[in-house]
Formats: sequence, structure tokens, C-alpha cells
Amino acid sequence: MQEVREMVCIVCPVGCHMKVTSNEGQVTKVEGNSCKRGIGYAEAECTHPTRTLTTTMRIKNGEVPMISVKTDEPVPKSLLMACMEAINKAKIQAPIHVGDKIIENILDTGSNIVATRNCERKA
Amino acid sequence: MYDVAIIGAGVIGTLTARLLSLYDLQVCIIEKDGDVAMGTTKANSAIIHAGYDAKPGSLKAKLNVKGNAMMEQVAKDLAVHFKRIGSFVVAFNDEEMARVKELYQRGLDNGVPEMKIINGNEVREMEPNLSEDIIGALYAPTAGIIGPYELTVAAAEVAVRNGVELKLEHEVESISEEEDGYRIQTNQDSIQTKVVINAAGIFADAIAEMVGDHSFEVHARKGEYMLLDKSQGNTVSRVIFQPPSKVGKGILVTPTVDGNLLVGPTADESQKEDLATTQKGLEKVLRGAKRSVPSFNEREVIRSFAGLRAVGSTGDFVIEEADGLKGFYHAAGIESPGLSAAPAIAEELLRKIGDVIELNKVENLNLLRKPFKRFSELTNEERRELIKKDPRYGKIVCRCEKVTEGEIIECIHRPAGATNLDAVKRRTRAGMGRCQGGFCSPRVVDLLAKELDLPMEEVTKQGSGSYLLVGKTK
Amino acid sequence: MEQRELVIIGGGPAGLAAAVEAYDQGIRDILIIERDSELGGILQQCIHNGFGLHIFGEELTGPEYAWRFIEEVKERGIDYKLNTMVLDISEKREVLAVNEEDGLLEIEAKALVLAMGCRERTRGALNIPGMRPAGIYTAGAAQRFVNMEGYLPGKKVVILGSGDIGLIMARRMTLEGAKVEMVCELLPYSGGLTRNIVQCLEDFDIPLKLEHTVTQIHGKDRLEGITIAQVDAHRKPIKSTECFVECDTLLLSVGLIPENELSREAGINMDHITSGPVVNESMETSIEGVFACGNVVHVHDLVDFVTDESRVAGRCAASYLRGKHSSEQEDPIVTKAGEGIRYVIPHHIRHQLLQKENKLFFRVLDIYSDVKLVVRCDDQILYSKKKRKLAPGEMESIPITDQMIVNMEGYSEVTVEIQQSGLGVRECKK
Repeated sequence: MQEVREMVCIVCPVGCHMKVTSNEGQVTKVEGNSCKRGIGYAEAECTHPTRTLTTTMRIKNGEVPMISVKTDEPVPKSLLMACMEAINKAKIQAPIHVGDKIIENILDTGSNIVATRNCERKA
Repeated sequence: MYDVAIIGAGVIGTLTARLLSLYDLQVCIIEKDGDVAMGTTKANSAIIHAGYDAKPGSLKAKLNVKGNAMMEQVAKDLAVHFKRIGSFVVAFNDEEMARVKELYQRGLDNGVPEMKIINGNEVREMEPNLSEDIIGALYAPTAGIIGPYELTVAAAEVAVRNGVELKLEHEVESISEEEDGYRIQTNQDSIQTKVVINAAGIFADAIAEMVGDHSFEVHARKGEYMLLDKSQGNTVSRVIFQPPSKVGKGILVTPTVDGNLLVGPTADESQKEDLATTQKGLEKVLRGAKRSVPSFNEREVIRSFAGLRAVGSTGDFVIEEADGLKGFYHAAGIESPGLSAAPAIAEELLRKIGDVIELNKVENLNLLRKPFKRFSELTNEERRELIKKDPRYGKIVCRCEKVTEGEIIECIHRPAGATNLDAVKRRTRAGMGRCQGGFCSPRVVDLLAKELDLPMEEVTKQGSGSYLLVGKTK
Repeated sequence: MEQRELVIIGGGPAGLAAAVEAYDQGIRDILIIERDSELGGILQQCIHNGFGLHIFGEELTGPEYAWRFIEEVKERGIDYKLNTMVLDISEKREVLAVNEEDGLLEIEAKALVLAMGCRERTRGALNIPGMRPAGIYTAGAAQRFVNMEGYLPGKKVVILGSGDIGLIMARRMTLEGAKVEMVCELLPYSGGLTRNIVQCLEDFDIPLKLEHTVTQIHGKDRLEGITIAQVDAHRKPIKSTECFVECDTLLLSVGLIPENELSREAGINMDHITSGPVVNESMETSIEGVFACGNVVHVHDLVDFVTDESRVAGRCAASYLRGKHSSEQEDPIVTKAGEGIRYVIPHHIRHQLLQKENKLFFRVLDIYSDVKLVVRCDDQILYSKKKRKLAPGEMESIPITDQMIVNMEGYSEVTVEIQQSGLGVRECKK
């Protein structure tokens, strides 16, 4: 089945408005792009769109109540909310340091939740 | 059983409570909002008028002139900001000049001291930023500016310290006459009292009606204002009025005691709960203010707000015992110059109450308030001392107004202390500056929660219902 | 009075980069003064990614970007004071600061770097009419509540202003369980980056209402709703388009203002367009030995550029301290914002002091496509490049090359401007 989607390319600041035609999940035509990076972006967005998720976690015994975390690899866009739920359920304790793996392979995406800030134990 | 119950914790209610607090009486203040000074007192021009506006012989005239003369001492005793900076009523044409001269004559009749009529050049010599089109002015050096909520907070603090009970978030639902006084039913409790003082501002008529008194009505008249950044505070050094119209004193331009510039107000009949500013109103304020003072920078507006004047149907203040209701006193229709007259009104009420109950002074009480030291106003020596005593005065929470953690904690724990974000703001100026609390609000909420032992989400902006946070994120 | 070689006011990305650079140029006696309880500035609450592509070649979150510089500061043993607020600076570079431990601090600095950052524009500056209930926050205050304190300010949200912080908060509030009804933008285009419009709004089906503004606030205690309206070509609301939107929270993302109260009080010359100090190629202000960098000079959209600019400030402060830099040079060349350009930083260039990192930073006035960006001295073209797209939301920069420096000699003015090539049309993205 043929599908036509309009999207804005975000690879560079130009922000080309593209018309992307796909058939059975395969991109068959990209219009409106001004360079070939647009085609790659369009294909990824149509077949397996992914996003880096950044959020926070509540931390026990820390000098601050919250720490910031992210997925170390982009996860499927459709799983963003499910990842949030899994992250919100997890419990962590200080100390935590930048890069520490907090949840491994979240929802079998192959991506880990890692800390993006330090949090020492509360004095 | 209370001896006196005061309805309304505005400037009249609290100044009266302060005077009563010296005597051997059980006194309470009943206030529907989450802090003192939440009605008419909160949003007005903050001017202590010289006293040339009101009709000679009226209570307004008499109490304005008297209140003005008292204000110096009251402000000193309560350690609040008051500056006798003087005022101009400026005229742009002969017709307005004639009105200015009428005001001068009225002022003489009312006993206003030191007034002068000056010409356009003299006006601009004293106030170089005033319009070239001004041909003359009435100059009244006794006019002044004050912090209306600072005055009210201070009066409440003294009253509560001396034993007056402050019942916040108590809304009066009904009042009934009883054998030896009155029973007041609020949304929270039911109290008995010998004497009632109705100082309920725009709702004073509703309170009167609860005891069957329909002798006056109070209308709300809205005034919209704009407050400008301190960078504009020196544009004028006196209160600049335009000649009054039927509904008000016209758009004025004035410095505030805190160093900002205030312009406004409009004067529009309004609903009693309607504190909304309007596009039209704000444009009118700007236009009107620019007429007198063309050169201020309107891009430096940091806040706009509206206040409601309590306009009485009798044309004068109603300060009297209600007809046929022994011990039930009105302080109603207190529109401008109500703030100026407030200390005199409080004395008047005290005198009247003395007719029905015995006033015996309690030893060792006084009317003085311990000064609230603002870090931003201290000398470096004083700052050092203060921080040495309590390091929390070395931690700035509000960057714009340089308010310290020490001050915020102090204002929460003083008598009649702050219980919400705006109450902290009115007491310390945290959040009052150019960023309008963008930076310090989260920190002040945190301090309120800690000091009052509340969960963060129960801290409010201005009392019940005005919650700031809906809950924890996870 | 305590003496210091270099005092840096602000421990955000600008102050940190300036400190590290000055250290690496040989300055050892450095003090960073930070008013918050940790270094890193506003980056600590910007937990989203997208930082660092220029500087590190990878995508970092705000806290990670800050952390890299904090580590560099700590490795070098550079002094810093937290929870310390500067109250006053004088034209003699005397700094008055306060904190809990030291009380009042009086420091005389041989050189100063101003790196105080910026603050958010408020409702008052917009003059939105209506009531004043709880529930109206600047986007940054809401960001602090959500990301740092872990509290949600509301559940049904409208955002006014489509700058990057507004867009980022739309996603953030949605991820945390709030419903973001819409983002309203007064202008015909968003001030934010395209990637943020896609990933923060489109991903979550949040409508972006261009040429719309809030005309009324409703609710006495807590916000109950707002009236929005479309605006005409003069950005005035069109009465007939007004409609009510129920919400309990309004977030304002309507611009940032450099935080320059200290600079003004010290008597530093200011630029009315940027609201920041006037600076030369060394990021030096009108007071000798007082440098400035980052958002205190002009609001940046990418922290990477802040870092670039701050390194220049740090390096030049170092060379000033070593006496290699004197303000007694020949008359500087004045930079001029020509056709289509809002401002140019730096304001003055002493060409003999230019360094290879020096860039001309500027913003355009409107959205342009297929135009030529030109730098010229009178008729002599120093630089010219075709641009497919220019937008006010994206700061532009042009490196000042050796050849440009040579060509500038003898001129008193250099102009940056947009030239409409034959086909060039102004375009409004609807």
C-alpha cells in the first residue's frame, strides 16, 4: 500500500519540507530535499524512527533529589512512553556518576539508561 | 467570647487592632484571604495625600489631613518605609489651571499646610522630566508615599505580638445579634463578640446587610496600574497628579518607596471580584502617564495589576455605630484618601469603642515593631554583623532584590508571618524585582515547605486554591 | 581587600570555559564566583541532548556538557566559590560579594570576566491582561521544578512562545504526564530550532499555533484558562478570532534578557539591541581589563558558541594580565549591522589583535532564503556566501580569516549585510 508523508528534515538548519512516498514500508520517493542526507533521514523516519530519551530519576540519599539520565543509544520512538514508565519505576541510590549504567538494555531495545550527572551521598 | 472582632485585615482593620492590642481585651481579626492586606489595601497608588481633594467639612477631609500628620510617627513606630516627597497637580491649560486653583482653596479650607501654586517653569525646574506643555501646578510638600502592605503587615505584627488573634482564611457567612453582643459564623468556626468592627472593604455593605443594615452600599471601582523597573524610578521625584475628574484623581506618575516607578490608575465601575487588567485599561494608563511625563521607558514595565476601590454610596467615609445596633461599628466606604486617613480612622474607632467597653491598658505592651532589616538596605558593616550572627543572611535567594534566606525565614516566623509565596513577596520583596520570581519562586516554595513543615505541593501562591504544584513527578 | 589576578563572575558554561582557557594561558590566580550551589549554571537543568556537536563532535545533555568543563576546572585546581552572590563591581574592578561562610567579600581583581548569563522575560514585560492566579510560570522556572526538584507545576498546559526552552518544556511536561494543549507563537515562524519543533511538538502531536497570542488570563486562585487570538500583520490580536482554552498552567517562553545589572551599575557601555555590553575583538568591555562572554553579552542558542566566545575572553584576559594587550592601540574598526542584520558581535575590532578563533557573531532580522551573506569594508568585499536559509532563531557566525584581517586594514567600518540575490524572496513558514 502506498503512503505519502510530509516531514521536515532536521539534519541541518535548512529544514527542508519533504514529501516522502513509501510502499509497504519501503521508501520509494523523496521530494523537496536539497541534499542526499535528507533521503537517509526520510528513510529512517519512515521505517524505524528513533529518539534519544532524556529524563530524570528520583535518587535516594543524594545531595540532590533528582538526577538526569538518558538512553545511551536512540530507542524506537514508539517506545518513549514505555521507557518513561520503566525509568520512573526504577529505584536508585547515591552515589551516581556521569556514565553509570542504571538500567541495562531497557525494554530489550539494546539501549542502556545512563546517568548524565553526578550525585554524591548526602553529607 | 471576644471583646472585639474586626472583620477585614486591611490597613484599617490591622491599624485598629494594633491600637486595641494595648488594652485588656480579647480581640480577633477575621480575614477571608490567606494574608493581611489582600483587598483594597494591596493594590492602590500607595500615596499619603496632602488633603486638598475632599470637600471641606467631610470626614474624608478631616481624617485625611489628620492621618497625613500622624503618618510620620506611625511609620517610624512600625519601622515601615514612608517618604514625604510632596505632590504636584499639574495643569495643561487654563481650564485645568482653574481646577488646580480650586484645589488650592479647598486645601486651605481643609487646613493643608505649606501648599503653593507654581508656574510651568518652576514645575520643570523641580521636575525636569515633566511635559513642556504643563503651564502650572499645585505643589503640596506634605504629600508622601508609603508601602501599603508593609504598613498593614507591620500593624498586624504588632497586634498579634500583643495578643490579637489573626484568623486567616475565615470568611464570614452570617452574623446574628445576641443578648450581650454578636455571633459571627465563618466558614471555619463560630465566635461570640461584644463589639464588631466592619472593616470589610468592598464587602462592607454585605457585612452590614447580614445584620439588617441597608444604610449604605459599596461599589467596586477598578484601577489598573503598571509598575516599572527601578531603572525608571528616578524619572520623577514627587507624586505627579493630573487634575481630578468626577471618578478619581486621574492618572498619576510616582516613585514608590522601593524605588520603582508606578503609573495609573484607571477608574472603571467593576464587579467585586474582578481584578483583571485589560488591554484598554493598560493602554489608557500609559497614554495618561505619558501626557505628564513623556520620557519614561514603557519597555521597562515589570508588572501590571488592578486594584478595587471601595466606593461608598454616601460620598463620604462611613465611620459610625450602625443604627440601632449597639457595639456594631462600620468603617466603610474607605476609598481614597483611606490609606492616608487610616491612622486617624483607627483612632476614631478606638474612641468610639471606648463608649461601649472599658479600655484598660495592660502593662509592658507597646505599639512599636522591631524593624525588619532588609539586607539590600544595610551598610556593609551592618551586613557583616548580621551574617556573623546568622549566616543565612549571607545567602541571597532573590537575586533581583537581593533578599537573603535569613529574611525569608524571618518573615515566615514573625508574628502574623507569611504562609504563602505572595505573602513572602510582600514582606521581603523576594520575587518583586525585574525577573518577577522566575528564579527565586522555586526556592521560596522550598523554604516555605521546610519552615512550615508542609509538603511542597501544599504551598500556595496566595492562599487556599492557589496551589503551585500538582504533585511529585514520579 | 583581597587581591586576585582574575575574577570570573558566573560559573556557567561561559565562566568555566574562560577560566580554563585563562589557566592554560598561564594564569594561576583565578577565582570563579558562582551564585548557585553547584557549577554548571543553567545547563544543569537543561537535561535534554543536543549540546556539544561543534565543540566535542558528539551530542551531550546539558549536565554532561557542564560536567566536562567542571572536570577541567577541578583538574587544574582553579578556585571557585559557590552560593556566592556578587552585589557590586566597580570600575576599578573591585568586587563585592556575599555568602554564608565568608560574609562579605571584597576582592580587587586585576582582570574581570563577566559571565552572568541571562534571565527570562516575564509576563509583566508582555503585559498580558487578566487576573493574576497561580499557574503562570516562565518555562525556566517550570524546568527547574520538574527537572531539579521533581515536581509537576500543572496538568493541562499551554505554552506561549516557541523558543527552544518552550519547545523543550512541551516535550518534558508531556513525558512527565501533563497534557500540553498547544504552543502559541506571536510571530509567523518559530524562534526555535527545527529539530526541536519536530522532536518536541510533532512527535507528540502538540499543535504549534503561529501568529497567535494570549489575550486574557482567567482564574482567581489557580489558572482556569486563557483566551488566545490570532494576530494581524502588526501583531495586534484580531478580536473575532478569540477563543477560550481551558488549562491550569501557562508557561512563558518569550525571550531571554542578558543579566547586566552589575555591568550597568559599574558604568560599562551597553548595546541597546543586545542588552549586553559593548565589546571588542578580545571580548573586552568599555572598562579596561573587564571582559565579558556568553549570554551576558548576547543571547546564544548553542552553548558551543558560548564556549568559543568565552575561550577568546579567557585568553585575552590572560594576555591583558601579562601586559601583552593594551587598550592604547590605533582606532578600532567598528562593526556595523547592515541590511537584514540585527546586531554584530564584537562591536569593535582592533585588527592587529585579532586571533584565529575570532568570529563575527550576528543574528538576522527575519527569515530569508536564497540570499547572499556579505561582509564588506566600503566597496571591498571581505566575505560572501550564498545562504539557503537564514532565521532569527539561529545565530550565525563568520570566522575572521587572515586574509580578511589584511583586507580590513585602513578602514574604519566593517559591515555585515544580507544581499538579495535575483531569486531571493522573503519567506514566511506557515
